[in-house]
Amino acid sequence: MTLLDPNVTALLYLAAAVFFILALKGLNSPRTARRGNLIGAFGAVVAVVTVFFSTRLDNVPLILGAIVVGSGVAAPVARRVRMTQMPQLVALFNGVGGGAAALVALLELPHAEDAWVRVAVVFTLLVGAVSFAGSAVTFAKLQELMTTRPVVFPGLPVLMGAVLLAAVGAAAAVVLGGSLVLALLLLLLGLVAGVLLVLPVGGADVPIVISLLNAFTGLAVAASGLVLGNVLLVVAGTLVGASGTILTRAMAAAMGRSVAGILFGAFRGGSTAGSTAVSDRPVRSSSPEDVAVLLGYAQRVIIVPGYGLAVAQGQHTAAELAQALESRGTRVDFAIHPVAGRMPGHMNVLLAEANVPYESLKEMGEINSEFRTADVALVVGANDVVNPAAKTTAGSPIYGMPILEVADARQVVFLKRSMRPGFAGIENDLMFEPQTTLLFGDAKESLTKVLGAVKAL
Amino acid sequence: MDGISLLTITVLAVFVGFEVVSKVSSTLHTPLMSGANAIHGIILVGAIIVAGQATHPWVLAVALLAVVLATANLVGGFVVTDRMLEMFRGRKPDKPAKPGAKPGAGDTRGETKENTEATR
Repeated sequence: MTLLDPNVTALLYLAAAVFFILALKGLNSPRTARRGNLIGAFGAVVAVVTVFFSTRLDNVPLILGAIVVGSGVAAPVARRVRMTQMPQLVALFNGVGGGAAALVALLELPHAEDAWVRVAVVFTLLVGAVSFAGSAVTFAKLQELMTTRPVVFPGLPVLMGAVLLAAVGAAAAVVLGGSLVLALLLLLLGLVAGVLLVLPVGGADVPIVISLLNAFTGLAVAASGLVLGNVLLVVAGTLVGASGTILTRAMAAAMGRSVAGILFGAFRGGSTAGSTAVSDRPVRSSSPEDVAVLLGYAQRVIIVPGYGLAVAQGQHTAAELAQALESRGTRVDFAIHPVAGRMPGHMNVLLAEANVPYESLKEMGEINSEFRTADVALVVGANDVVNPAAKTTAGSPIYGMPILEVADARQVVFLKRSMRPGFAGIENDLMFEPQTTLLFGDAKESLTKVLGAVKAL
Repeated sequence: MDGISLLTITVLAVFVGFEVVSKVSSTLHTPLMSGANAIHGIILVGAIIVAGQATHPWVLAVALLAVVLATANLVGGFVVTDRMLEMFRGRKPDKPAKPGAKPGAGDTRGETKENTEATR
């Protein structure tokens, strides 16, 4: 088989890189997002086809077989996964990408003759391994295979420091000598560091860590491009690393947190650690029928969805309730906090799945002034995003985070599973206010009962 | 390619990466992260090169594992992003048939589901 001319190859890689840039650009706006993603996929196809026709490759049938296996596993999973489980799937895909980069670097080490190429090798190994192990832990946290609370133990900072020191030592030795055994050790240390990095992160901050690890994998891929002398990998990896860094900061800013605070907060005595204590202050709990009366005779209702809605898969019931209320002449909107749920935009995706009209989904800035005119704010499985402590309590871990001003509504109804605090682990004073009513139970069950009662009004 | 050229390209790509996402609304943070996640699956190209040049069976085995992992990242990443974004369309009831949408099993299913929901 004659191979493509190197210049043609370079042009095709350039085209793929441009497609990736256009893809990220397209993902900036709801109108062009889907097309952007398809452009990115097309760029990937161009790049993969190009590599087969431009490089002298052995084992092609085996490689094609491996590609079939990889797609055969990933595509159906990605197609069938439930909306609530999407964040952990993204974490998983990110992790395997980091793992692949680390393996590529490991195998290229014997061919790396220059010291600076070996610098790129050790970088890819370490960062890829951190990303792989970190993503695995985030997956376990989001899938609730382990506790979603920060895991901290006394020796953690010391251990982390020791692991990083050892990693730096091993990395230096690999750069100088190119030892494969030490490279394996480095890989191992990277895995341990990845686990230690993510363990102390609390549930609500996990999405930000996914984004950070995503940026890490991008950097690892870029470094692997330096190892292989492949410009496309350098450009694509750097793009993801840079955009991922910006995105991580934007997500953290939307939560009023700093990235350093999220990663090291628990080290310093736990800003996210909080307490799981259940308060015994009196609250006003109520029946589905009472809630139905409140809602059914209101002029204006604003529904505030949170993770509880996603967990209970209650989005369709919430949409039905909104429809039932609107047919009675009540105006219903959904107030979407940027970080409600497990990922920014999680609620939009979830409610869109339930066919809630786009115009009813209001962003925080748009809806906050409207709570004043609302008769009822119905908070479904959300807590921290409506907690006034973010404005009033300077020492609170969520202090400074913008919140939905549900306290301005005439009545506030919380649908909650229990009095347990939210992910930030702090109590919500709003629940003890006289205008607040609580309805305990699974979000979907509560919504179904309220819906039935509204229909019976 | 020499080191300086690669460094130049890297630095310029950093700025493009910063620029391209600097004004995105929080609604799209998740799909954007997921799309970027899919793009770094292009490490598949590296995995293919390593696997194609492997001579030792162990090296080949590890390289093929990397190919499987990278493919999962690339294919799964784009599919899951598409599914997220699928949810964002079909908002306006009077919207004509969407241009550029692939006809396929997944699409039809989405359509049917939407119709059932609408008739409820």
